[in-house]
Amino acid sequence: MRHWLLTLDGTTRFLLWSPLLLLVSVLALTGLHIFVAQARTWVWKVLLGIAVVMIAGQAVLGLYWVPPEHYMGDVYRIIYMHVPQVWMSLIGMTINFGCCVLFLFRKSWVTDSLAEASASVGVYFGAVGITLGAVWAKPTWGAYWTWDPRLTTAAIMLVIYTGYLALRRFVEDPDKRATWSAVLGIVAYVDIPVLWFSVKWWRSIHQEQSSPKTVDSLMTMVLRWSATMFLSLFVVFVYHRYLAAQAARAREVAAPELLPPSSSAPAVSS
Amino acid sequence: MQRPTLFSVLVTVIRKDLLIEWRTRARINALVFFAIATLLIFSFALGPDTVLLRKNAPGYLWLGILFASVLSLSESMRIEIENSALDGVRLAPASARAIYLGKAIGNTLMLWLLTLVILPIAIALFDLSVREGFARLLGILFLGCAAISAPGTLYAAIAANARARDVLLPLLLFPVLIPGLLASVKATGVILEGDVMHQLGSWVGLLSAFNVLYWSLGFALFPRVIEDD
Repeated sequence: MRHWLLTLDGTTRFLLWSPLLLLVSVLALTGLHIFVAQARTWVWKVLLGIAVVMIAGQAVLGLYWVPPEHYMGDVYRIIYMHVPQVWMSLIGMTINFGCCVLFLFRKSWVTDSLAEASASVGVYFGAVGITLGAVWAKPTWGAYWTWDPRLTTAAIMLVIYTGYLALRRFVEDPDKRATWSAVLGIVAYVDIPVLWFSVKWWRSIHQEQSSPKTVDSLMTMVLRWSATMFLSLFVVFVYHRYLAAQAARAREVAAPELLPPSSSAPAVSS
Repeated sequence: MQRPTLFSVLVTVIRKDLLIEWRTRARINALVFFAIATLLIFSFALGPDTVLLRKNAPGYLWLGILFASVLSLSESMRIEIENSALDGVRLAPASARAIYLGKAIGNTLMLWLLTLVILPIAIALFDLSVREGFARLLGILFLGCAAISAPGTLYAAIAANARARDVLLPLLLFPVLIPGLLASVKATGVILEGDVMHQLGSWVGLLSAFNVLYWSLGFALFPRVIEDD
């Protein structure tokens, strides 16, 4: 049962390219969503559908299809959940940082709401990813948690961005909240490069980033599949948090002159 | 009349803050006794194990300073928010960046003063000996206080206007401070116990890098925090 597709002959080799095709379609749909206002009602449903189908595929691919790892056996399979989720968290924080910088240059509720949405989704994925990492660490390292640079910076990231979200709750004036949280988001992002490079800079118990050169192509393929799946989920999540944030802004702001003229804030017109 | 330079405004802001403090001496008194109480509580929590206490002393000293710094930072911004004093200072006219540098340097001095007062008490309480030179220790303590004040002043200005500011400031500040605090604790420990492994340089390097980064971030971003539009 387990090795029914392992021999990659002419008919099955195309499977190695499937994550790339899916990634391109997810990115294309995301671009369509961003740039074509009319498409916004249905694109996220397609993305959600892709994600749901891929989750089912992922269960088969990650749990049965890929062979076990040489040293860790089946325990390593959590990589297909842990690694992409932490990636999504880092993407979320990076979008947050970009929005914060943009907001300080030019005030807009779009970047403010997107910053809030990406930070909250980033915190979610980060929390789940770190928890899964702890589950993996118990059988592999013998402890759920160690005070290693990678783990410490990851924990700091979660606490800092939780503080960011808390500040947004504690300030009632939407203008001030947007400016202050933009400042906070920029200061908070200092942690992310340190988190990424911590395994290269210090002697860490956490392994360095693997590259497709050192990992079997089947594992690379499943990891990419999983990352694409989480990316489409990420886009859907961020979009919904963004809608919620925009609706909250529209309720708070009496004169919505800072809102964009067209459709990206649907709750304003009603 | 020509516009005041950044440096002259900065000096005026520091003098103003220190003068306000000197007239009552309320803040430094409260800080000193709060920090001493923290040190005592740490020793009670651990029990009378002198070896362990001496080993952990740098951590206790810095935690005492850190907890006291939250009071000091929020107080330094409270006097500006009260009666909209900050608006008056800005109309003086004083540039926001000069105000930031002035407040942050004032906070650093205040914390350093606190450290100088509680250091002998910590040395007596935990039976410490300074193996790598007293001047170096004072230098590390100053760098550590500067590392707390740079993001601390920025965040205190944000938290001062928010709801639940007493909860918000430590919530925002502590996680950001972790690398700077770690470097301060390690460098202090190395100075107290002797630099056998030659690691003082790398910890001071991390502490200095932390300072450079957060002082520049604060300098760049502070005007956006206190602008009123």
